[in-house]
Amino acid sequence: MGLFGLFLAMFLLVHLTINLLLLCNDGGELFTAASSFMGTNIAIKIFEYVLFGGFFIHIIIGVIITLKNWASRPVGYLVANKSHTSFFSKYMFYTGAIIFIFLILHFMHFFFIKIGWVQVPAGLEKHDFYKMAIALFTNKLYSLVYIAFFIFLGFHLNHAIQSGFQTLGLNHNKYNCTIKRVSLIYSLLVAGGFSLVPIYFMFFF
Amino acid sequence: MDLTLKIWRQKNSSSKGKFETYKVNDVSPDSSFFEMLDTLNQQIIEKGNDPVAFDHDCREGICGTCSLYINGRPHGPKRGITTCQLHMRSFKNGDTIVVEPWRAKPFPLVKDLIVDRSALDLIIQAGGYVSVNTGGIPDANAIPIPKMNADLAMDAASCIGCGACVASCANASAMLFVGAKVSQLALLPQGKIEAANRVQKMVAEMDRLGFGNCSNTYACEAECPKEIKVTNIARMNRQFMKAKVCAEKHEAASFGG
Repeated sequence: MGLFGLFLAMFLLVHLTINLLLLCNDGGELFTAASSFMGTNIAIKIFEYVLFGGFFIHIIIGVIITLKNWASRPVGYLVANKSHTSFFSKYMFYTGAIIFIFLILHFMHFFFIKIGWVQVPAGLEKHDFYKMAIALFTNKLYSLVYIAFFIFLGFHLNHAIQSGFQTLGLNHNKYNCTIKRVSLIYSLLVAGGFSLVPIYFMFFF
Repeated sequence: MDLTLKIWRQKNSSSKGKFETYKVNDVSPDSSFFEMLDTLNQQIIEKGNDPVAFDHDCREGICGTCSLYINGRPHGPKRGITTCQLHMRSFKNGDTIVVEPWRAKPFPLVKDLIVDRSALDLIIQAGGYVSVNTGGIPDANAIPIPKMNADLAMDAASCIGCGACVASCANASAMLFVGAKVSQLALLPQGKIEAANRVQKMVAEMDRLGFGNCSNTYACEAECPKEIKVTNIARMNRQFMKAKVCAEKHEAASFGG
């Protein structure tokens, strides 16, 4: 789970870079070029399946392990645990479930339209992701929901990166502090970076 | 100090348990938690009832026999001590103290606050040892060991196997215990020889017994009376993966001779 989690975290950076192209005031030229490259390049198309596999395995293993963990304590405590632990680590399954809901919503708005599972919104073309994005982000309610989901993704990533390193045994007293800092910075970068796009469309577009 | 105690009472593993409330008065703040429980038991015995059963032995924090989940924390509210080292000055007059047994599927309840922790012994039996052949004693300086490794091995070896890591873990995972027991041997030259086989066998046994998996909340490190570090879990994970990928297949790999 840790290995696939770290892989998915790396993918987010690629996705964020393309999303930030929406902020270029060029009528979507760069964004359209990047998204059509992602949609047509054969290597990227193959990688798309690897990515789906990554999501699938990460989610399935996460659910199986969580169910096994719950079964390891059939009788619970009367007083909930008060041990000093990192806050976000206790809610990884729940933040993960929230992100999963967003993922379905996100697929319905973009990927399922592309592969023809969901009807193209009226007045838009199948591959015109720029106009689809604008139609969504100019809707203030959608933008706020989008930002809320990315705040939860930030919570998830904050623990996930360092947790992935620990699970893989990539632990060293020289680098442990750096890994924790990178975890924090990366979660802020992803949550903040993705949220910049709806904020831009809500207030400056 | 006057205290109210809410204690889990259960006659045996097959009967239904429930919390009973007791009052204990005039408790000295300097008395230990177990002395307070002894006072309570004396009161219960004088009324002709069955005293509260709880595990204890050395009462000086070295044997790992005592347990108790006190007000939501294994071994009570203080860091780096066992229940037998806990004193009543850690509580306030008028407090209600909830005392529960360790809760985990591999720790079946025996009576009241006593659970059977022999699952931890089974993990050790699966491979937590070094097969030493008898013979002459080698010179102590013949095997050089870096000071840091000796210290880390000693820190890991300070685990007393009390099970607080399992009790505090949201997943009832024993990975801090197993990580410490793997590390204490793997860090030293004598233990390296069987390291790959050992880690695989101990992890397999841990899984078989029904302990949960580590989700890196690190409650175990916060509650370990010997303050064993989660870096031992990372070392175990590293060794486990290395063994799974690189270790050669053994025909009926076995220890001892």
